[in-house]
Amino acid sequence: MFKIARKKVLSSTVQLMEISAPLVASSAKSGQFVVLRLNERGERFPLTIASTDKEKGLITIVFQIAGKSTLQLSTLPEGGVILDVLGPLGKYTDLTGVKNAVVVGGGVGIAEIYPEVKELVHEGARVRTIIGARNKDLLFFAEELESAGSELFIATDDGSAGRKGFVTEILKELLDSDKSIDLVLAVGPVVMMKVVSNLTKPYGVKTLVSVNPIMLDATGMCGACRVTVGGKVKFGCVDGPSFDGHQVDFDELMKRLGQFKELEGLSKQKYIDSLKCEKCRE
Amino acid sequence: MPLIRKKTEMKKQEPLARAKNFNEVALGYSEEEALLEASRCLQCKKPFCVEGCPVNINIPAFIKLISEKKYDAAVKKIKETNGLPAVCGRVCPQEEQCELKCIVGKKNEPVGIGRLERFAADRERESGSIEKNAQELSKEKIARVAVVGSGPAGLACAGDLALLGYEVTIYESLHATGGVLRYGIPEFRLPKEILDIEVNYLKQLGVSLELNVLIGKTITVPGLFKLGYKAVFIGTGAGLPSFLGVPGENLTGVYSANEYLSRINLMQAYKFPETDTPVNIGKIVAVVGAGNVAMDAARVSLRLGAEKVYIVYRRGEEEMPARKEEIENAGEEGVIFHLLTAPLEIIGDPATGKVRALKLIKNKLGEPDASGRKRPEPVPGSEYTLEVDTVVSAIGQSPNPLVPQSMPELKTAKHGNIVTDENTGETSVPGVFAGGDISTGAATVIAAMGAGKKAAVSIDKYIKKSL
Repeated sequence: MFKIARKKVLSSTVQLMEISAPLVASSAKSGQFVVLRLNERGERFPLTIASTDKEKGLITIVFQIAGKSTLQLSTLPEGGVILDVLGPLGKYTDLTGVKNAVVVGGGVGIAEIYPEVKELVHEGARVRTIIGARNKDLLFFAEELESAGSELFIATDDGSAGRKGFVTEILKELLDSDKSIDLVLAVGPVVMMKVVSNLTKPYGVKTLVSVNPIMLDATGMCGACRVTVGGKVKFGCVDGPSFDGHQVDFDELMKRLGQFKELEGLSKQKYIDSLKCEKCRE
Repeated sequence: MPLIRKKTEMKKQEPLARAKNFNEVALGYSEEEALLEASRCLQCKKPFCVEGCPVNINIPAFIKLISEKKYDAAVKKIKETNGLPAVCGRVCPQEEQCELKCIVGKKNEPVGIGRLERFAADRERESGSIEKNAQELSKEKIARVAVVGSGPAGLACAGDLALLGYEVTIYESLHATGGVLRYGIPEFRLPKEILDIEVNYLKQLGVSLELNVLIGKTITVPGLFKLGYKAVFIGTGAGLPSFLGVPGENLTGVYSANEYLSRINLMQAYKFPETDTPVNIGKIVAVVGAGNVAMDAARVSLRLGAEKVYIVYRRGEEEMPARKEEIENAGEEGVIFHLLTAPLEIIGDPATGKVRALKLIKNKLGEPDASGRKRPEPVPGSEYTLEVDTVVSAIGQSPNPLVPQSMPELKTAKHGNIVTDENTGETSVPGVFAGGDISTGAATVIAAMGAGKKAAVSIDKYIKKSL
């Protein structure tokens, strides 16, 4: 059992939780993730570790409410428990030697880039962070990213915060004006990572993305998370989650992510209906 | 009493009924059937059957106890060397081990040793005497030992170490114990309740279980020594799935057998949406491979409503590596075999990325290859296409690379298996022992248990030497 030590609502669809998991916290590095299972009937699903507090034995996860499991997780209160937490999983992202990085975060990726931003700053790199969302209500972590020591750029679809437009427009300007950028790191929706990778390719700037395929055991045993990288089959869970964005087959990744869409929808709807039922019983 | 030539039949569920449910297929012996079968044992002075058993169960002794109706004593006799008799009685390939060596089997059918082992264990469980039979062990422990992985090798090693007086902790990365017994073998061949009870028996012996800990990531092996363990046994199995290496293997609807069976067995996707883990079965399923894992994948597909299920295998009937019994079971239930057939390509729908068909080619058998089996060679011009919507790759697994990757000083061989001394389980690192599929590559449950037991003996020697 793993206790939810703190819970914070970041936006209408995004929440942050600090979970007591001392063994995970003590060995986690940037870019790694955990797999959760909420209860006996639950599925196993991966979430990136957004930060750790080794002394208190806490890990922070930030998640977007999407399917049944994340919806159910969002209903758990502070002090509540999660049945299973396994981690840290995946390879950590090696950022040594980077001098001038642009880090792009979209959706929950905004929180997931936080450990990397901190590590890059720690490495002595210049770090510019671009975060994007549909509108300002869906933005979060801006203060954290700034206080971690990065220059922050914001893009929203409706212009309610920062620049009106996409993260890629800001990224393009930075790439055009600064030829010394030696790393672009993008974490977020697959479409965003694909567009960022396509943009940076002609500039020849190394681009890392963090893939989010469907996983089951997440220890390299099942291969559900197969991703084609540079024409080779890789396992997202043990070979990744960080890969060269110029080599990843994003279209295949998207198709594989959608393979249980119908069943996932059914599962979520059944859960929503059961919540309604509980309410009418009250 | 004249010798009965044939093994006493064990009742099974009817094929058509069982192909639609997850209840156990083989129903076990009644007391009368067990007594009849036990009477067939010749009680050889020099029992070859014991030599055939990787954990050297005293077979004539336990069969004699059954024939004397001393069922508790019989199961105790088995448990002297095998802590998981209900599991082994079900999934061991006895026909290649103890029963192969049985003297009765030279001219007639061998004694049904596996069925009798199962009878003794089931009887103990059903009569509720497992707890009563658990031994009282000394509270004083010699030292602490960590066992990595709760599959057959780890469970056997942990059980023996506990009996030898050690404080044992098993670390398991999944949320449930049993390894392949849990995620690989389906409910209808090994009910999970039986596995739970056998694991509980280990707990009664004082073994602790730490779930959700991935050794190599959560804690490293050197980290375990820092925690005070005097020795570590690695039994992490052959968890790395092999894929077909043909175009189209990343289409949706293509699964490794590990993923397919884990969804169904470990995550209980067969109860979806009551449980949260989905699996798409499809109407027509092709399972590539013909080992026990392939048979399991084919048979769960039928149970989950597939209309047609094919086994596609590159060699012939004789070469199929699965147990005869399981091949027969699959055939009776309606699995269709495409033997001497190899996949060339998985064809998908370009728009959706879903599997649509499997392009195959017929093989003929040529000269024996390195494995001693006749090499399959494609017959030119014999290509054909089979419409399918699900493909399961069940062509084998390699040793799990996670522990070796986290520990470069641990010597591995070409296929990633940990190099061990066959007799002792010692690895290249002092105090670290390994056994089961992680050192041999994919093999059987009982072979892994045998390796776990051997390692327990050498861990005991190793620790006592250093005390």
